[in-house]
Amino acid sequence: MTSRSHPILSMVTSRIGLGLLSLLIVSLVIFSAVSFLPGSYASAILGQNATPEAVAAMEQKLGLNRPWFLRYVAWLGAAATGDMGMSFAGRPVMTVVGPRLKNTILLASITAVIAVPLAITLGVLCARFRGRFIDKFLSTTTLASISLPEFLVAYIVMMVLAVKLQLFPSMAGIRNGMDFADQLYRMVLPILTLLLVILAHMVRNTRAAILSVMASPYIEMARLKGEPEGRVVLRQALPNAIGPIASVVALNLAYLISGVVVIEVVFVYPGIGQAMIDAVRNRDVPVIQACALIFATAYIGFNLIADVISIVSNPRLLHPR
Amino acid sequence: MNESYHRQMDDLASRLRRGAISRREFLVRSTALLAAGAVAGIPGASRAQADAPKSGGTMRLGLHNASQNDNLDPGTWSTSWTGASFNGGVYNNLVEILPDGTAQPDLAESWEPNENASVWRIKLRSGVTFHNGKSLEPEDVRQSFLHHMGEGSTSGARAIVQQISSIEVDGTDTVVFTLADGNADFPYLLSDYHLSVFPALEGGGIDIQSASGTGAFLLDSFEPGIATRLVRNPNYHKNNKPYLDEVEFISIPDATARLNALLTGEVDFIQDVDIRNVPMIERSTDFAVQRVPGLRHFSFDMDTRVAPFDNPDVRLALKYALDRDDVIEKVFLGEGRKGNDNPVSSIMKFYHEMPQRDYSVEKAKEHLQKAGLETVSVDLHVAENAFAGAIDAAVLYQEHAARAGITINVVREAADGYWENVWLKKPFAGVDWFGRATVDWLFSTIYTSTAPWNAGWSNARFDELHALARAETDDDKRTAYYAEMQQIIHDDGNILTVAFVDWRNGVSTKLGYETVGGLMPLDNMRMCERWWRKD
Repeated sequence: MTSRSHPILSMVTSRIGLGLLSLLIVSLVIFSAVSFLPGSYASAILGQNATPEAVAAMEQKLGLNRPWFLRYVAWLGAAATGDMGMSFAGRPVMTVVGPRLKNTILLASITAVIAVPLAITLGVLCARFRGRFIDKFLSTTTLASISLPEFLVAYIVMMVLAVKLQLFPSMAGIRNGMDFADQLYRMVLPILTLLLVILAHMVRNTRAAILSVMASPYIEMARLKGEPEGRVVLRQALPNAIGPIASVVALNLAYLISGVVVIEVVFVYPGIGQAMIDAVRNRDVPVIQACALIFATAYIGFNLIADVISIVSNPRLLHPR
Repeated sequence: MNESYHRQMDDLASRLRRGAISRREFLVRSTALLAAGAVAGIPGASRAQADAPKSGGTMRLGLHNASQNDNLDPGTWSTSWTGASFNGGVYNNLVEILPDGTAQPDLAESWEPNENASVWRIKLRSGVTFHNGKSLEPEDVRQSFLHHMGEGSTSGARAIVQQISSIEVDGTDTVVFTLADGNADFPYLLSDYHLSVFPALEGGGIDIQSASGTGAFLLDSFEPGIATRLVRNPNYHKNNKPYLDEVEFISIPDATARLNALLTGEVDFIQDVDIRNVPMIERSTDFAVQRVPGLRHFSFDMDTRVAPFDNPDVRLALKYALDRDDVIEKVFLGEGRKGNDNPVSSIMKFYHEMPQRDYSVEKAKEHLQKAGLETVSVDLHVAENAFAGAIDAAVLYQEHAARAGITINVVREAADGYWENVWLKKPFAGVDWFGRATVDWLFSTIYTSTAPWNAGWSNARFDELHALARAETDDDKRTAYYAEMQQIIHDDGNILTVAFVDWRNGVSTKLGYETVGGLMPLDNMRMCERWWRKD
């Protein structure tokens, strides 16, 4: 068996296989769900010009008069060869979604680069100084920010920093023509809001993961041997808490790709969430499908990476009894 | 505002550019300057509209209906975004509708109908060039119209161009349109934003991709669903226009985000201000709420083929049983003009003023009796998107009608799919009508018995008058015909108009404009070339 020679490789292969199956199911569910929604691209786009004749002509042209499963099979055939097709307005789907995806990834990466190290550091600090001021302070504030809906956090940030103090622009509408510094300046508020939203979750989970390891007998042993507390936390506890921390980080990274639509709307950030909303409103199925696949891929991919990290950090998981 | 004010502002700006002061300091100090200027300017505040247009500057518009599917093909345009940026900025029509509602030649120089308005000779303006340097020729016009015609056309202008049976080029400067039937309003139809004139391609078709129009602005950048940027066309064919150097369209779908963008100075103009946000704009001296009377109206429509709506007296009873003042005050917070069971807006040519129909329990009861009924019970179908406030309006209507012995069951429908499953399907339902620029166009889309959106109402006299008025070129006769038609709808028709609503925009006081047209949104889609900056 290959599993003996390359246990991680085989795990990754099978997980990718399952991931592809999930993508297939996601695409089928989304496609059929959109087809069952009332209205079509033709009636949505024609608006008050949608006379029955005009709608019929457009549906004929786009092939929307065929049954949905035939359209699905045709779409799937093309998608399998990497062709995401054309949006109903006649632009290639990748041209429609591409720039939005780029913006989303930019926002997500900047946020992640700041959030992940910061969250783990704060989580470790909380665990190290459990019950002390910093722990209590961070626990309360993170609990508060986790309980607030993200749009409220966004509006508070905007009210204070954009409307009252006028330090940053209220709109994060970045555009092609802007240089990177200007883009960054415009992105400060959404990044700050996302930080507040995801930091809390990661800090609390890091703290909990470390504390649960700290309850193990070997930690007691290390302490009895005279290891200083900081060293116990960093050298003994943290390596064994990496698995759970990796999964919460993965979850938050996936959220940064697929769940930030509310933030995008509030700050007028041209990300992929708005692209999907726009597509759903117009019943533009090829674009909806592309967005859904991107979101699903983000979740599956980040979770896979998290699992690989947990296994590498804890080889026992490779040999389940 | 005086010289020294401008000097101080320029000085601040140059210090910011040099880096001598921070962005923040610039904001604080310029705001203080502005505030001082605003106070000093109060006595002259009302003169705003009378100021002569000034050249230069950038106008930024925060609009809500951009889509990532937007493109330059005029057949696909369906929003005020594409209408105002492409049609109103980059392209021109043969005819322009002025703010007062009259049709004026634009790319056309003049037009001439035959006696029954079925053949129109249109002479083109000379010396007009497209942005790519090509001169405007009759073939460009012909191809631009053919683009929307044909059997499989998916154009939004399909219903308009169906009336055209042929287009001929005559000489070097004339296009001849032959219509299937006479239509005295043909020049108005030529102003439809889909019917922009594009350069023709060799061998047929139009050149869409080069974004070369005849318009006041060149298309500088276009990111679908995000932003569009236009820069001044130095060779524009209208004197002095455009006033602005640059216009930027910025997509802001969320109403609160739009409000914030205006209040924090990110944009100078936002459209469709939520009625609840009106006070937040009005309490600042830097912004104003602009209300432009338009064609849009909210109504409850009846299918007159279905009992009890087939009885004209029941229809009248229902019309008398609605207290429109109450609905406008409580649901629309006073933002609306009272409807009078006439779909024709007061800003339209041929609008016929009739005595206002008001809430009257007695008259409602009287008409019920005439119909031989003691009471009547009807289902009224609404959803939150039937029109803004439709559910609240229906519930109030229920209360008003109950006093006249009419039972209205308010049926709440799902917003998603309302236009597919409820509108024109249920016999009594709320509708948000955008209106049409001419009476003929409005009637032939909705009210004649063969209209595509006819909800079941038909009236032989109405159809007859419609045909007569359409082919008549004498305005006095048309006025009489249309007056009678509006009276028929008012008395016999299937529409119960609750209110006409204004285009409600939030505007920075730094923008200047003359009278604003309301037949279409955004100054009849042409605000780019009509507006200017005052600072």
